[in-house]
Parts: sequence; C-alpha cells; structure tokens
Amino acid sequence: MNRIENVSRRGFLHGVLSTGAFVLGAQFVPEALYGASPEDGAASLTSGGPAGDPVGATAFHPNVFVGLEPDGTVVIVAHRSEMGTGSRTSLPRIVADEMEADWSRVRIVQATGDAKYGDQDTDGSHSVRSFFDAMREHGATARTMLVEAAALQWNVPVGECEASPRPHVITHVPTGRTVGYGELAAAAARLPVPPKESLRFKPRSEWRYIGKDAAIFDLEDICTGKAGYGMDAHLDGMLYASIEHPPVLGGKVASLNASDALKVAGVRQTVAIDPFKPPHAFQPLGGVAVIADNTWAALQGRQKLKITWDEGANASFNSDAYRRELEQTVRQPCKVAWNVGDVDAEFARSAKTIEAGYYVPLLAHASMEPPVAVADFRDGHVEAWAPVQDPQSVQETVSKVLGIPKENVVCHVTLLGGGFGRKSKPDFVAEAAVLSKKTGKPVKVVWTREDDIQFDYYHTVAATYMKAALGANGMPTAWLQRSAFPPIGSSFELNNTYGSGGELGMGWTDTPFAIANFRAENGPAEAHVRIGWLRSVANIYHAFAVQSFAAELAHAAGRDPLEYLLALVGPDRVIDKKDLGAGYENMGADYRDYPVDTARIKRVAQLAAAQAGWGKRNLGSGQGMGVAVHRSFLTYVATVVQVEIDHQGKVQIGRVDTAVDAGTIVNPDSVRNQFEGAAVFSTSLAKYGEITATNGAIKQHNFQDYPMCRIHEAPREIHVHIVENDAPPAGVGEPGVPPFAPALCNAIFAATGKRVRELPLTRSGLV
Amino acid sequence: MIQLKVNGVRRSFDGDPEMPLMWYLRDGLGLTGTKFGCGIGVCGSCVVHQNGAAVRACMTPVKAAAGAEIVTIEALGSGFDGALHPVQKAWMAHNVPQCGYCQAGQIMQAAALLKSKPHPTDADIDQGMAGNICRCGTYQRIRAAIKAAAGEAV
Repeated sequence: MNRIENVSRRGFLHGVLSTGAFVLGAQFVPEALYGASPEDGAASLTSGGPAGDPVGATAFHPNVFVGLEPDGTVVIVAHRSEMGTGSRTSLPRIVADEMEADWSRVRIVQATGDAKYGDQDTDGSHSVRSFFDAMREHGATARTMLVEAAALQWNVPVGECEASPRPHVITHVPTGRTVGYGELAAAAARLPVPPKESLRFKPRSEWRYIGKDAAIFDLEDICTGKAGYGMDAHLDGMLYASIEHPPVLGGKVASLNASDALKVAGVRQTVAIDPFKPPHAFQPLGGVAVIADNTWAALQGRQKLKITWDEGANASFNSDAYRRELEQTVRQPCKVAWNVGDVDAEFARSAKTIEAGYYVPLLAHASMEPPVAVADFRDGHVEAWAPVQDPQSVQETVSKVLGIPKENVVCHVTLLGGGFGRKSKPDFVAEAAVLSKKTGKPVKVVWTREDDIQFDYYHTVAATYMKAALGANGMPTAWLQRSAFPPIGSSFELNNTYGSGGELGMGWTDTPFAIANFRAENGPAEAHVRIGWLRSVANIYHAFAVQSFAAELAHAAGRDPLEYLLALVGPDRVIDKKDLGAGYENMGADYRDYPVDTARIKRVAQLAAAQAGWGKRNLGSGQGMGVAVHRSFLTYVATVVQVEIDHQGKVQIGRVDTAVDAGTIVNPDSVRNQFEGAAVFSTSLAKYGEITATNGAIKQHNFQDYPMCRIHEAPREIHVHIVENDAPPAGVGEPGVPPFAPALCNAIFAATGKRVRELPLTRSGLV
Repeated sequence: MIQLKVNGVRRSFDGDPEMPLMWYLRDGLGLTGTKFGCGIGVCGSCVVHQNGAAVRACMTPVKAAAGAEIVTIEALGSGFDGALHPVQKAWMAHNVPQCGYCQAGQIMQAAALLKSKPHPTDADIDQGMAGNICRCGTYQRIRAAIKAAAGEAV
C-alpha cells in the first residue's frame, strides 16, 4: 500500500525542489485500484525518464513525501491539514527523526489535494495514528540510501557508515570521516530504494524528536502575522463575494430585487446560486451572491438585496417542540444497538430502579476563521485556495457541482483558522468555484460570522434516557440507555434517521462497564438543519449521559463517585470485541492494536483524581469536584473539574486535571496544548453552546448570542497529565472534549446538590 | 481623500470613508495579519494600534483613523532588524498558538495592555484580554506569556 519509490528525476513539485534533489515518493492507494500490473509501472518508473514524462495507465504515480536538496535542506510534504492540532509539525518530525535529519534544516511544504496521498481528511484525530508507520518508513528509507551513498563514495562497506549520533551527516565510523546529507543528494538520487524488509528502524531509546516537546513549525509566522490562512488567499484580479443564503434549509429565492445593491460603489453584479438537489451533502445552499471589488462593498451590497423566499418544508422546525419530540422518542422502546443479558427481566424484579433523561442541543463550530475560499475557473479547470480539512473532498464536490472531471480541480490547502470538523465540508469552496465560472474571474467567497453561525453543519441535538436497577451493594444489575438524534447520515441520504454504527460506536455501543444486563438503544430523529461532525462528535452527548448517570447512581448508592465509577468499569481486562455492540467500528483501527482496555480506563481516572487531590482536599461550602472518564478516538481520558458557586449562584471553574493515555506521543507539548484547549472548548459548550430555531431559521447570529468562553471565565488552572505508554499512537485532537461537561456537572452536583441534566448551563441559571 | 500612516508609511485612501479599517488593511493594503473574526467588535481578532492604543479595526471606519498612526502585527516588532516585540517572543517561548488565527489580535491587545500596565495582575489580564476570543482555548498560555513579557514590553 505504501510503496516508496525514488522519484528524484521525475520533476515533482516544480519550483519547490530543484533538479538536483534526492526525492522519495509513495502512494497510499490500495494496489487493487492502480491497475493490473503495478510492478511493471514501478519498473518503468525506477528506470527513470525525463521529468514530467507521461507514464502508462498502469504506472505507479507516487506523490512526494521527502526531498533532500544539494544544499542540505530537507523538504517534507505535509499532506494533512493544519487547523491547530499540530499535525503539520508532528508528521514531518516523525520522518526527520527516522531520517536523522536536523530539524532546523527541514522545510515543510503543504500538499494539494490528491488521492495518491491516501486519506487527507484531517478529522477523526488520526493523522499520527494512521501515518506514524508510513512516515517512519520514509525517514528510514532516506537514511538507508544516504548511508549507502556515503559508503559508495568512500568505497567502504555500508556497515562501517552510520547516520547518527550527529544529525544530517553520515559518519565513517572507523576513520571518523563525515559527509553532509546535501553532498550525498545527487548520489542517493541514483540509488534503488531498499526493500522495506531490509530497513532498520530506530529503537525508541534513540528517538531524537518523537516524544520530545517542539514548537509548531509555523510559530513565528503566526506570531508575526505572516502565516497564510484561507482568509488571506489572494489572486490578482479577483472579485469578492458575499452570499445571502436561504434562511431555512432547502429554501429558494421567490423574488429578487437587486437594484439598490447594484448602486453600492464597488458592487459589480449579483449572481443567483442554484438551490441544492437533496440530499444536500456538500452542495452550495443556494441564494444570491453579491460580487464586488472588495469585501466591504460586497457586504454593503448584500444588505441592500431585497429577497423573498420560498422556505419549504423545514420552515416547520421549531427547536423547543423538536426537543419534546426527541424526549418522547427515548421514553419508548427504540432500536436495539447492543444487548447483553435481559435488562427488562431485571428491571421487573428489582426493588430499586433509577431513571434520568439528558439533553444536549445543536452546537455550532464557530472556528475563528469563518468559511472562506478563493477559486479560479478557467477552461474547464478549477484552482482553489481554501482552509479545508479535506482537499480531496473539494475536488469531488467541485467536480460534481460544475460537472468537470475531478482531475481538473486543484485544491491548495492554506492554514486553517480552526476547523473542528466544519472545514471538511467544502460547500463554501464549491460556491467560490460556481461564482468564478459565472463571472469569468477568480472569486473570493467570504462568509461572515453570522453566515457561519446560521448556516453551519451543526453538531446534532440529542436526547438520552437512562435507567438502571441497583443491587444490594448499590451497583447496577441492569442498565438501559436510549438515544435519539438526527444523524450525520441525514446530510448524505434522504430519510436517514438512525445513528450510524460509527456514531453509536462513539460511547454508546462500547460503554466499558461490567454489568450483567445491559442494553443500548437508538431511536429515529429527522433532521431539519444540516448535521455534521464537530470535535469529538457523538461522544459529546453519549459521555454526558453515561458519565452523569454513573455519578447519579453513585449518589443513590451513597458511594464516592470515583470509587463507584471504577467499580462500574470493573476488573482489569481487555474487552473482547464480540462483547461490544455489533459491528463496533473502533474508529476503523485494528481492534488487536487498539482494544478497549479497562486497566487503562481506570489508570487515567485514578491519575486525574490523585493529581486533583480527590478525597484529600478540603472543599469549602459551595465547592465541589466531579470526575468523568471516557475512551474516544482510541485514547483514554479522565477529567476532574473543581468548581465553586459564587455568591450570585454562578459557577466558577477552578482547577481542571486531565489525564491522557494516547499511547505513543510525538509532541507532548502539542498534546498538552490540545487538552488545555479541549477544557476551554468544552467550557464554551457546557456554559453557552446552544443553537435554536424558530420556523426553520436559526436564532443565533454572532458571538454576542452564541458566546464563547473568554479568558476570565476559562478554568483557572488546567493540568494535563500524560500517561507514558509504548502503545501505538491514538488520537489527541478530540478526546479531551467528551469527559469535560459531565465532570463539570458532577462537580456542580457535589457543590450544590443540584443535578444538571441539560446543556448549556445557561438553562439552569448557573451562568 | 483620507490621510493616515500605516506601519510608518503614509497612505491616502479615497474609497468609502465608512469602510472598516480592517478591510482597508486587508483588501486594500494586503496587510492580512489583521484578521476578520466577527465584524462587530466582540472577538478581538482584528486588534491594531491606533496612536498606540488597541482598537478594533472592524469597528473603526477609515475616516476615524484620519491622521492617525496605525500599527499592525506586521510592524509590532522594531521593524528594522526584524526583532520581535517582547510579547511576540513570550508567545513563542510558551508555544501559545494552536490554529493561530486569533493570535495576532491577542498579541496586539497584550502589547497594549502591557504598555498601560507593565506588571499586570491576573485581574488586569482578565480585564485587558476579555475582549479577545480564542476558540482553540489557549488562554492559559496567553496568561503565562503576558506574565513572562511583563516588565519587558514598552
């Protein structure tokens, strides 16, 4: 699958790598997809040809990952998007480590969208997990070839040459002679690639960068205003567009009067964008674009549009009434997603049952950079610059919307001013492409904050219902959990109303409790807005229900919530996959490498609690501590939140302790930053996060009515404790979010005796 | 025609005098370090210095900057030898940014804060920085970086 080739003479990355560079490429497309005889193709490739020489249809078309310039500069291609999680730094550092390259001489080049890079959809917290081995293989291959090149140059046995301990040089051990990497580029460029089986990978003890704190690659550019985001993309002669979208999903323009808009200085024209054909997927929403010479003129012109809308069926959507429907759904038997034992029989004979319902509303992503894209349509080709998590999805979407081949769409990936899942949906790039085609000029589409809040792919609204029977020791003998939420699938398929295996596998069909009778159910829910994935996805409402309910049972049993939670998880064991919900997807990872391991769950819970001083710290009146633990994205995370209720009855978040077991860590400082940030992101979610709708139209507009946690209300201290672990790398971008809200609400209960079962806290008078 | 000075360079603006300074800086002058975040003055991504004070460029019509000296993130350092401002150095030492989009505004706001309060308390930092949103949630590092830069910023 990941077959590395020497492509030094093929003229890749024109203008980035010089003709004298040593270049390794690979493609991640499964072999079955690239023709009947890939070996033939590979052979014709390694025999070398003139730069840019077209090769046969069955040929191997690799994409570059590593280049070495004669001046010693190492160029590493970042094929995943950088939205703040640090993968643009972490992945190249894996290559550099195994290559024994000097990090200060590494230049990173961002890849365009291309299926040959394999999966570029930067979501699901798996950039490091999915490409850790491949990046190491690239680095080891380059290093091995440089050693070989040096040995040839010196005419000594390869075994006498080494690429360490000094980086960026090969040393002839017996004589101490050295030669720099750059001087070997030309010679290495002529060598065949060694077979993977012959590669020697560095032992963990010799890792130079992996596991060590590092600044992100773009740090100085960011701090000096030089970093290039999508909002900063510019083409000469480009026009600026602001789009009035239908206020209700599926709405259409009934009438348009643009005469006042066209009188605004700088406004050139208005362009109608066709409504989408359901299901909407990533198609543009439709509406009317105002095209102008600058952003301000486009915004001014847009305010002067006079539009009436045919709003369509979703105008019946009112979020308050919808909530009641969802809550009724989960009070009735739903579709069984996972069953162990006989919950009903146990409920029937039990003396003590407890039930509770929980609710988490629609949420918006609200990345600091609103959706924005520049596109240039020319002769049936589109070139786009955009802050996207998935440039291949840009290719596919633009291709479908404009009816041009996917190969005719080039997507340059800028830095992303936050993504959180929103920017893997490229509707806004398709808008720019449509408008460029219609105007004959490059067009920059700029979404306002209001557009971003009102036309998001929302994190779904969910109602959950929980019921447990408690035995003599207060532990549950039966546990039932039901959820209903409009699923992400509703964005891609009509009449899709049930949670997918992927969604239910995020904390619903993998609840790691040792309970003899257990059933997880899921009920139907229709979508009336665009639903999409947001940082940690379905784990948010699942963990909120499960971890809140666990604490409610601990209270009912008169036991310490931490001790009770550990008892619920039960004995140390690796849970057999067949004992989890049917079809449990485990984020697509091999279950043998990433099983549900209860010892790791308990370890993070105990670590977070110990660091927080659980049970040891004297808390005053109005103070409380809460704990929650949740495995998501294959990472084990426990969070202890300490709160104080002030004299006005408002919650203040003091200290947060988060323990993380994400297996092997590439950049610990980046990981700490992610989990610090997750506590703040989750504070926003828990305190304020709520999108509501009346007659199908979203009621929130901007940060004044969709507020974000600010510095004065952020947790005062966030301590991140990383469990050192040699297990394979798991995810770090998202898994900090799910345990936070339940830990916070458990802390509020400890402080006040008031149980919060709905988010956000503004609904409970605590904010 | 509106005259103003941006990063030490005299500029004449003859567009819509109501245009927010932010769009003039970004679309007109190509100074894209100043970011568009909310357009209503509540997120702080667009903070620049007007005659030394932090202002929201999205809420400042160009006409309100007539005759003013504007400094953006691009020129916060000394500008001559590429030296960074102490706040920028502290931001780097603490690896503050994640996505980085809000950080130019945060840095400009922090530099203005330190000018008026060279040794800010936590309460001063809360008050001075409360107008700047970071969706990635880097506040703890922002606070640490401001404290580290305290006393060095001028």
